[in-house]
Amino acid sequence: MTVFILRRLLQSVGVLFATSIIVFLGVFAIGNPADILIAADATQAERQAAIVSLGLDRPLLEQYWIFLSNALQGDLGRSFVFNQPAIGLILARLPATLELAFVALFIALAAGIPLGLIAGLKPQTIVDETIMTGSILGFSLPNFWQGMMLIMIFSVWLGWLPAGGRGETVQVLGISTSLLSWDGIAHLILPATNLALFNLALVIRLTRTGVREIMPLDFIKFARAKGLTERRIVLVHVLKNIMIPVVTVVGMEFGSIIAFAVVTETIFSWPGIGKLLIDSIMLLDRPVVVSYLLVVVFMFIVINLLVDIAYSLLDPRIRLRDSQ
Amino acid sequence: MSTIVIDNLETHFDTPAGVIRAVDGVSFSVERGEILGLVGESGSGKSITGFSVIGLVDPPGRVAGGRILFQGEDLVGRSEKEMRALRGKKIAMIFQDPMMTLNPVLTIETQMVEAVRAHDKVSHAEARQRAVEALGLVGIPSPDERLSAYPHQFSGGMRQRVAIAIALLHRPDLIIADEPTTALDVTIQSQILFEIQKVTRNFGMSLIWISHDLGVVASLAHKVAVMYAGRIVEAGPVDTVLDHPVHPYTIGLLRSIPANLQRGETLQAIPGMAPSPLHRPSGCPFRLRCYAATPVCETELVKSRVGEHSWRCFHPQTEARP
Repeated sequence: MTVFILRRLLQSVGVLFATSIIVFLGVFAIGNPADILIAADATQAERQAAIVSLGLDRPLLEQYWIFLSNALQGDLGRSFVFNQPAIGLILARLPATLELAFVALFIALAAGIPLGLIAGLKPQTIVDETIMTGSILGFSLPNFWQGMMLIMIFSVWLGWLPAGGRGETVQVLGISTSLLSWDGIAHLILPATNLALFNLALVIRLTRTGVREIMPLDFIKFARAKGLTERRIVLVHVLKNIMIPVVTVVGMEFGSIIAFAVVTETIFSWPGIGKLLIDSIMLLDRPVVVSYLLVVVFMFIVINLLVDIAYSLLDPRIRLRDSQ
Repeated sequence: MSTIVIDNLETHFDTPAGVIRAVDGVSFSVERGEILGLVGESGSGKSITGFSVIGLVDPPGRVAGGRILFQGEDLVGRSEKEMRALRGKKIAMIFQDPMMTLNPVLTIETQMVEAVRAHDKVSHAEARQRAVEALGLVGIPSPDERLSAYPHQFSGGMRQRVAIAIALLHRPDLIIADEPTTALDVTIQSQILFEIQKVTRNFGMSLIWISHDLGVVASLAHKVAVMYAGRIVEAGPVDTVLDHPVHPYTIGLLRSIPANLQRGETLQAIPGMAPSPLHRPSGCPFRLRCYAATPVCETELVKSRVGEHSWRCFHPQTEARP
């Protein structure tokens, strides 16, 4: 197991390296940051000085080489716009996005699994049809539109919840969180729900399918023949079998939650890395874009590793192998 | 008092195409310590009979009529809660495919301890101790260590022993075994048969052994009931029925066993197929495949009886030998 984890972490270095090349080339292809960053009325000399100070006058290969050698020392470059270390900008905003993403994931699981269980246990009833129709809406309506509707209903018409911003935060161990104040939670509910809706629909469908597949199997009938209560059969025998596909998909989807956070953060003016990314792409702030993607890719790798470990805990037939 | 008396049991499945009478007026009884072999081909209703007794017929199936007297009390119409108190405690069931009867993601310990604690309010440690004893009873070596294993770490035969051990946890009065040796190879099969015979004899349990294997039933059961198209067509003590069968279907079944033949002799299969449960012929359901059928077979059958040997046939084959 330890060897397995170490091997996976080593592989992740290769992935990060490849990502950095792709992003570097990608940003270069979009346009020249100098055209956007430097004021239109600057003189030719000022313009030249700015380009030199940003290092944009050198060949791309050399720029990449400088980036790489700095990156290996933990320096991902300074933001062209803010003139601060890019990684610092990302890490300052990452907790807000992670908080949003985890709360969204929690909503998706906490609501999706019970709803999926109910739908799967009572197939073709009015309850099942209602839940499944609702989940189709979660899938098919555009995420940004759902967000705007949430604001319209809960902020504008009902006036229950704030429409945007992060509200009051509390510092815990140097990280600010919204979860410890009512104002923070009130600000978190709408964006987290918006971000959760797609995955909520996904979890409902996965759980329902799992229930429908597991219930007719012999081991469920045998569990009944032992005289177990229906409650124990569903919550232990069925649920533990269903958790395997749910963990797989949700683990992969957690990355897309962070990616979709870009949209949600923009709608709800949530001060997370998604919003920073959009702003940075607009300004071609290459160090920030590169740092963002490296951080996200790294998180993807870690999450996938955690999912693999969770597998071996959930399904005893899967054992992580050290060799191969 | 008989452990169980089935009286004119009817189990129906309501389907869009019509009502399927999977069990169509079945009656039998099993005494304490007695083993009944319930024999028939696939679709004859033998498994559904077993599931009806323990109250686990899947919808759209339902017990539509008759009585199931377990220790003198009728189980038909009992609430789910009352049935659950009996299941595993007084009536246990063993299934056909040992690869499928144990939950793959739970340890044997979890699955045995929960079975104990479903009925008896005992500590985990005490329940575990009973699980160890039950595993020892069915011949699983070092049961204490094996408890923490998962089902996939056992062979098919071992899994079936675990399933039997689970069925024995509460020393039930009746065990329903639904073809528990069919999925096992022959040597394992005989070991399992030996274990089952041993425990039923030791604890005075009644056993309903559902099977299509007449050879197994001959070596195990005291009584045999042959089912065809939802009905029992012939029943009686195992020696009488297998040595002196009178129903052409029983004779056909016995003639289609290769072991009864000389080398070079042709195997006599029963012609045709079992009738669709939606379109059973009037009168005797076997008449379209029967060599002895005459027009009288189209009328409603009556049960005939000589001593404990009973059959439903207008033309009992008293002279025929299988």
